[in-house]
Amino acid sequence: MPEAILHRRPLVADLLKGRDENLLVVTGLGTPTYDVAAAGDDPRTFFLWGAMGGATMIGLGLALAQPDRRVLVLAGDGEMLMSVGSLATVAMKRPANLAVVVLDNEHFGETGMQPTPTHAGVDLAGMAAAAGWPATFTARAETDVPRLVELARRTPGPVFAVAKIMAEKLPFVLPPKDGAYLKDRFRQAVLGKA
Amino acid sequence: MAHLPVAWEDRLRLPPPAASVGHPIGSKAVPRMTAPAPAAPTWPDDIFRALKAAGVRQVCHVPDAGHARLIRSCEGDNAMQVVTLTTEEEGVAMLCGAHLGGQRGVLLVQSSGVGNCINMLSLPTTCRMPLLMIVTMRGEFGEFNPWQNAMGLATEAVLTAMQVACYRCERADEVGLVVENALRYAFEGSRPVAVLLSQRLIGAKAFVNE
Repeated sequence: MPEAILHRRPLVADLLKGRDENLLVVTGLGTPTYDVAAAGDDPRTFFLWGAMGGATMIGLGLALAQPDRRVLVLAGDGEMLMSVGSLATVAMKRPANLAVVVLDNEHFGETGMQPTPTHAGVDLAGMAAAAGWPATFTARAETDVPRLVELARRTPGPVFAVAKIMAEKLPFVLPPKDGAYLKDRFRQAVLGKA
Repeated sequence: MAHLPVAWEDRLRLPPPAASVGHPIGSKAVPRMTAPAPAAPTWPDDIFRALKAAGVRQVCHVPDAGHARLIRSCEGDNAMQVVTLTTEEEGVAMLCGAHLGGQRGVLLVQSSGVGNCINMLSLPTTCRMPLLMIVTMRGEFGEFNPWQNAMGLATEAVLTAMQVACYRCERADEVGLVVENALRYAFEGSRPVAVLLSQRLIGAKAFVNE
């Protein structure tokens, strides 16, 4: 496989560009949370600081509850590898409004850059395709980014896309980390006053 | 089974003791002694009614025989989305998403699955979110499979350690009331709660070929 050349922060900024009230975002813990925070805080982003392996399933519950809005899960490869079973669970329900984009740097970036199984060639998009996700894609080059954005934001899903990104250590950009606050502001933004 | 009251023999649905099966060769026929077929329990219907009354829309589960009737009821209801999970912790996360999106849900699991949920329970605890788990207990009265015992013993301790309230049910006639109140605890108080349906209530799984 060629060396990854995509940078995660501008890529995430492209994925979220022009977001409106109809886009709901869930971030997997670790660097994806910081990437999305770097693109701009928003009450309709639910930032995870823990609960590793839960991002895709949070996305499913949210997508089922809000079928008229787009739900975008941005997760790392470590997060996704911990929850490969949810590839089967989501494939059974096939929510058209759910997209999962894995920011795959092939390493556990938070814990010392140990390689993950994707570094050894485990193909997450292939696993999703085999589970029955109707739209899967792996982005490797700048020329793939427009298609990745289209998949993440608009293509009927469930969409599962992997973006092969550089294993780079970037400055922390930390969003709020009080879970009850994140939950309350999300619900208020999406559902109106409680 | 002599140490159990007769009523429990019926409910446990174990095969009758060997001494009462068949009769000695050459003797005149004696009626084969079998326990009367137990009536289908109605407490799963009480749970279903409570879930409907509370507006539950998402039902996720790793199946257990004790939940089979309730799962069938939910699958037959057009207002409910039923999701079969590959592991129980998925359900904790899914119902977090449901809450973020304004829907109520319930997670149906067996006691063995509670262990799979431990770290994911940090989600409702940290984020002060409602979560209702209904747990069918194994490893209790009448258990045949000793591999169930460890998690059966640990279930309540594990949930309590993760700050999940536990409402335990021993009698069929209290199930509806307990679930109603667990729903109230979860959704009025935005906290996780588990209803533990004891194996004494459910009846032990019978390891006999039909």
